[in-house]
Amino acid sequence: MTHLAATASTIHLPHVNYVSILPILIMMGGALLLLLLSSLLRRIISTGVCTAITVMTSAAAAVAAIVQWDQVLANGAQTTIAGAVAYDGFSVLIQLLVPLALGLTALVADGYLKREGVVGGEFQVLAMASASGAMVMGAANDLIVVFLGLEILSIALYVLAAFNHRRAESGEAALKYFVLGSVSSAIFLYGIALMYGATGSTNLAKMAEFLARRAVLSNGLLLAAMALLLVGFAFKVSAVPFHMWSPDVYQGSPSPVSGFMASVAKAGAFAALLRVFVSSLATQRLGWQPVIWVLAALSLLVGAIVALNQQDVKRMLAYSSINHAGFILLGVDAADARGISSALYYLVTYTIMVIGTFAVVTVIAGRQDRATGLLEFRGLARRQPVLALALAILLLGQAGAPFTTGFLAKFNVIEAVVLTHGYTLAVIAMVSAAVAAFFYLRVALTMFSPVGEFGDGPDDDVPLDPAALVGAATPGAASGVTTVPPRAWSAAMPGIDELADAPPSEVVEARGKVPVPPATWVVIGFCALFTVVFGIYPAPLVDFAQHATLLFI
Amino acid sequence: MTVGADWYLGLAAVVFALGLLGVLVRRQTLVMIMCVELMLNAANLTFATFARSLTDIGGQVLVFFVLVVASAEAVVGLGIAITIFRHKADVNADSLDRMKG
Repeated sequence: MTHLAATASTIHLPHVNYVSILPILIMMGGALLLLLLSSLLRRIISTGVCTAITVMTSAAAAVAAIVQWDQVLANGAQTTIAGAVAYDGFSVLIQLLVPLALGLTALVADGYLKREGVVGGEFQVLAMASASGAMVMGAANDLIVVFLGLEILSIALYVLAAFNHRRAESGEAALKYFVLGSVSSAIFLYGIALMYGATGSTNLAKMAEFLARRAVLSNGLLLAAMALLLVGFAFKVSAVPFHMWSPDVYQGSPSPVSGFMASVAKAGAFAALLRVFVSSLATQRLGWQPVIWVLAALSLLVGAIVALNQQDVKRMLAYSSINHAGFILLGVDAADARGISSALYYLVTYTIMVIGTFAVVTVIAGRQDRATGLLEFRGLARRQPVLALALAILLLGQAGAPFTTGFLAKFNVIEAVVLTHGYTLAVIAMVSAAVAAFFYLRVALTMFSPVGEFGDGPDDDVPLDPAALVGAATPGAASGVTTVPPRAWSAAMPGIDELADAPPSEVVEARGKVPVPPATWVVIGFCALFTVVFGIYPAPLVDFAQHATLLFI
Repeated sequence: MTVGADWYLGLAAVVFALGLLGVLVRRQTLVMIMCVELMLNAANLTFATFARSLTDIGGQVLVFFVLVVASAEAVVGLGIAITIFRHKADVNADSLDRMKG
C-alpha cells in the first residue's frame, strides 16, 4: 500500500503532442458540438445545417491532417503520448482519407435523409463519431488503443445500420452486424489479453522489442494471440471465411451507410491490421503470413464467384468489397514497404470508388431503399445518361480497367506480391480480377441495354415457384396477408416482390427518372472524375502513397 | 492455500469458450448479448491475471477500459433489439430471415 501511495505522489503525466491527434480531436469535437446543439436548441436542426457542420468538420480535420503531413515530412516519424499514438506518414494518410470519405458520405446522406424524411442531427453525429474511431485506429500504436478505436467505430456503425427504423431489413441488418461485430471484438480483445501475457505489454513498440530480443518461434500463447487478433481483423475487413455478415448488412443498411461501412470501416481496420502485423509482429512473419495467404486467396475467389450470382446490386457490391479486401490483403501478404504503399493506394482509390458507387445506388434505390435489384438499372443510360456514365466509370474502376485508378491499384498489389515470390497468389488475384470484371460489366450492360431487350434478367436462372408467383401478384401480398413465407417469395422472383409491394405510382416513378439532389451530384461527379483523372495521371497519388510510410519499429 | 495463475487463465479460457459457444448455439438475442459479455469478461480476467503475474499495473487499467466499452455495447445492442421487437414482436435470430442469397 505504501508503495502504491509513493508511486501515486510522483505520478507524471505523459507529454501530449496535440498536433498529432488534432484531426481526431476535431472530428470528435464536431460530433459533440452537433450533439450539444441538437439537444440544446428548441427547434430541430434542419438536415442542411447538420450536413454543413459535418462537411466543415471533415474539411477542418483534413486541413489539420495536411499540416501534420508537412510536419512529418520535415521532422520524420515518431510516437507520441507515451508511445500510444504513432505519428507517421501512414497515420496521416488515414487522418486525411477518413474525413474525405466522411465528407462525401455526409453529402450523399443529405439527400437520403431529406428523401426519407428523417430529421435531427443524430445521423451526422454518429457518422462523425464512427469516423473518429477509424482515425484512432489509423494512429494507434498500442493494442488497447486499436481496440478503443475499433469500438468507437463499430458501436456508432451498429446504430447507423439500424437508422432506417421504418424498414424491417434495417433493424435486421443492425442486429446481425451487432452480434457478429461484438463477437469479433470480444475475440480480438481476448487476443490482446493473450498478447499481453506473451509479451508483457500491449504497446506495439515494446512488443516488437520483446519479440526481437528473444526468438520465441513456438510460443503457443503468442501463436494463439496472433490467431485471435487475425480473426478479429478478418471480421472487420470482411475477409472470407469471416464475411458472412457483410452481404446482409450491406443490403439491409441505408445505402449511404453501406458505402460508409465499405470504405471507412475497412480503411480503419486495414490500417490497424497493417500496423500491428507488418510493423510490430514483423519478426513473427512465419507464423502469420500463411494465414493471410489463405484469407487473401479465399476472399479473392469467393468474393468474385459468389458476386456473379447476385440479383441485388447492394449484395453484389458487398461481395465485390470482399473481393477488394482480398486484393488489399495481397499488400499485407507482401509485408514490405512496397506492399504497404500498394495497399494504401488501393485503400484510397477503392474508398473513393465505393462511396461514388453507393451514392448512385442511393439515388436509384428510391424511397425506403426498395429498388436495389439489378432490374432497376435496366435502361438507365437512356433515361439518365450522365448518371449511367458515372456509374459505368466507377464500376469499370472497381473492375480494374485501364485509365482508371483501379487498374494501377490492382497492378501495384499484384506486383508487390510477385516481388516477394508469391506467384500462386498473384495468379489467383489475376483470375479473380477477370471473373470480377464480368459482374461489374453485367451491371454496366444492363444499364446500357434498352428495357425489354437485354435477356440476362434474373428470372432466367432462378427456378420459378408458381405458388410464390401467385402470392406476389395478389394485392393482398403487399399487406402481408399471404400464406407464402417471405423467403420463398423473394427467392422466386427477385425484383418482382418489390414492385408488388409498392403502390402503382411508385412503380412508374422507379422506372422513370430518379431525382438526384445537387449534393449527391457533387459526390458522384467528384468520385468519377477522381477515378478517371488519377487513372490517367497517377503520379501524385502514387507519390503520396509511397511517402506515407509506416514507422518501422 | 494459494491458487496459481494458471487456474485463473484456465477459468478465463473456459468462460470465453462457453460465451463463444453460447453465441453460436443459442438463438435468443438477449442470451447472445449475455454471451458476448461473458467473452469480454473472460478477457478481463485474463488481463487481471497477467497484470498480477507480470506485476504490471497496465493490465488492470485495461480492465476499466473494457468495462466501459462493454456497457456501451450492451446499451446499443438492447436498443437495436427493441427496434426489431417493434417490427415483429419477436427477437429470435431464426426469425431474421428477410435477406438471403
